[in-house]
Amino acid sequence: MDRVFWLQGITCNGNSHSFVNLSTLPALLKNIEFIYHPLLESLSFSKALEQNFDILIVEGGIKRDWQRGGVEFEKLFLELASKAKRIIAVGSCAVYGGIFKEYDKEICGVLFAKEEKSHYFEKFKDKTINIPGCPAHPEWIAYALIYQKPHLDDYFRPKELFAYTVHAGCTRNEYFEWKVDAKSFGLKEGCLFYEQGCQAPYTHGSCNKILWNEVASKTRVGTPCFGCTEPDFIQRDLFQTKTFMSIPAKMPLGVPKRAYLTLTGVAKSFRIERLSKRLIDD
Amino acid sequence: MARRSKEERKRQIMDEALRLFSKEGFFEVTIADIAKSLHMSVGNLYNYFSSKEALAKELILYISKLLGNEIRKINLQPISAKEKIKKIVQFYFYTAKERPELIEYFLRIYLSHREVFKEGCEGMICVSPFVTEIMIFFEEGVRSGELRDQDFFSAFGLFMGYLGGMVFLMGEGMLPNDIEYYIEDISQNIYLALKNG
Repeated sequence: MDRVFWLQGITCNGNSHSFVNLSTLPALLKNIEFIYHPLLESLSFSKALEQNFDILIVEGGIKRDWQRGGVEFEKLFLELASKAKRIIAVGSCAVYGGIFKEYDKEICGVLFAKEEKSHYFEKFKDKTINIPGCPAHPEWIAYALIYQKPHLDDYFRPKELFAYTVHAGCTRNEYFEWKVDAKSFGLKEGCLFYEQGCQAPYTHGSCNKILWNEVASKTRVGTPCFGCTEPDFIQRDLFQTKTFMSIPAKMPLGVPKRAYLTLTGVAKSFRIERLSKRLIDD
Repeated sequence: MARRSKEERKRQIMDEALRLFSKEGFFEVTIADIAKSLHMSVGNLYNYFSSKEALAKELILYISKLLGNEIRKINLQPISAKEKIKKIVQFYFYTAKERPELIEYFLRIYLSHREVFKEGCEGMICVSPFVTEIMIFFEEGVRSGELRDQDFFSAFGLFMGYLGGMVFLMGEGMLPNDIEYYIEDISQNIYLALKNG
């Protein structure tokens, strides 16, 4: 049974809370043991520090000379990370520095500081899996706990979870195909990519494949994807699509601009009656 | 003489059709007139184009690709938006002067007789190669900060409406000077209207 230490750096605790929403948590806890977790039953922090363990989960950013509870956090992190057989960086702060890095440039993740490699990259690259997200999906965290050697992408994210874009599986894809915009967020109809700031077509993640709380995703309920699994998260004006002369500033992943514009021009030349109406209008 | 390939023959028919439409008017010229002018049988011409409407659609696609390809070459050059504007104006006016039948077809037939194109040329479909390149020109100009961000159509109308208007005046014989005389000033006017700040 793997023993797990959940360490919190500069964090809002969002990933700890996200993880306890895992519907299969009781089953998982029969196979792993948390020697320390901020919310689940475990040893006290100081007692846990004396124990051996297998997996270190890091939640939150890391900063040199930053103290937590009178302890220098970086020193604690380095000690535990060196001891761990595997490290899982959970949430975009532990992966890239995250939202706190916008406030303090010195903050970084375990392996990355936004797109750059962090000072710890070489030391821990061979045993770290990154599970970004704001927060990370509980099933993605469980996946990283269970699968020891998943195939990883360039940001050390498991391909099984992050080779997709959030766009894949979105229930609004028909509207994307025919370029029908949603005129505000919260509607059942319309694509959120053109006006509402949706970043799903170029964000890696499986939010529309492995649903949140097993029922929905942001785009399914009508809120744009904020691109929280990517190193450039968080951006400004999240509810607006950045355009240059009405053309989206960022293209769907891997799609050349000429190809996109050609297809858009054709799709927009037709008005599909069914897609221009409310789905339920009685 | 070597036998022409089907594509070459098709292109020859399109060039001849454009020439005749420009000289006699689109509705005056029949498929039989085009065939006669090319010393072809009418039946043979129908092997290439099933109707005058089909020929009309192919022609607008042909012109759109031709203009689009040239603007694409300009877009790919590592020059400023200001210089690109001048090159597009230059190319457009040069084409209008040397091959007036191309631009005339676009302005006087495609834009003026949308009923001929109502099926198969909806919206931007038949002019997509051309419009796409204009979109890329604008997008890159705004992205680099050289042009002012605005709705695409307000910029597109200013640029293409202006050029189309000048070529129309040229076609009506109303311009006191050669169209190339206006390249410098018109490029400057377009740049001043579109530039950032």
